[in-house]
Amino acid sequence: MAEAVFAVAAVLMLAGAVGVVASRNPVHAALFLVQTLVGVALLFILNDAHFLAAVQVVVYAGAIVILFLFVIMLLGVDKAEELRIEPISGQRPLAVVVGAALAAMLGTVILTGADVLSGIRRGGGERALDGEATDIERMGRVLFGEFAFAVEITAALLTIAVVGAVVLTRRAARSDEAAPAGSVGG
Amino acid sequence: MMDLSGLNTGWYLALAAALFIIGAVGLLVRRNPLVMFMCVELMLNAVNVTFIALGASLNDVGGQVAVFFVLVVAATEVVIGLALVVAINRRRAGATADDVTLLKG
Repeated sequence: MAEAVFAVAAVLMLAGAVGVVASRNPVHAALFLVQTLVGVALLFILNDAHFLAAVQVVVYAGAIVILFLFVIMLLGVDKAEELRIEPISGQRPLAVVVGAALAAMLGTVILTGADVLSGIRRGGGERALDGEATDIERMGRVLFGEFAFAVEITAALLTIAVVGAVVLTRRAARSDEAAPAGSVGG
Repeated sequence: MMDLSGLNTGWYLALAAALFIIGAVGLLVRRNPLVMFMCVELMLNAVNVTFIALGASLNDVGGQVAVFFVLVVAATEVVIGLALVVAINRRRAGATADDVTLLKG
């Protein structure tokens, strides 16, 4: 059963990833990204990370992809892009070489080192996954116990990101005159 | 060597590696900045799969906590990145990653 779910999720993820890279229209790429993210959420469920699977669907497939689509529509770049012309000569062969090198490295590591960790299992304690608690309870205890400072830093990071986005996209009243006449109004 | 019988961590790592490679090649090949960001998201998700699989295999919730923080950082990265794309497109409509070679608009 787990093998079947894994196979379905793997096919979903890889097909979606290829779709993101190969689709000419950015809107289609965003929709293929949703497919990949749902596949990842399936793998999370398979590993008993139910809370993260829900967060994955809500935050990624919900918020982040909607943000992508919103910007695509806002900028009006939802036109099909010609993929056959190669902007920088030699870019694609080099990209394939880099991909093959990455595949060789990661393949070697996985084939020779996957079982290094297989004998190790943490014992009990609140971090163990096989305890009584549900996954959300366990994560909450660890996040607000051991990682409380990191959670606070994360809050600061989110605030900085919101302020930064406003500063970057805000249109100052005086900079309008400096902008070239052909620039897109809005 | 990797045990090929049944579903073990090695399968998850192999799948995550494949997803990461597709994302990396896409990042190098595409020149629409929005699609490049989506490829970065693919790579982040590949790493998330690795965290979850290894966390499950080690019986430790640390993998899930790492995924949680990766999700937050990915959200902020997308917000800032898309704000930059919008700011650049105000100056030069339809700009691709190749056009932005100078740090002046």
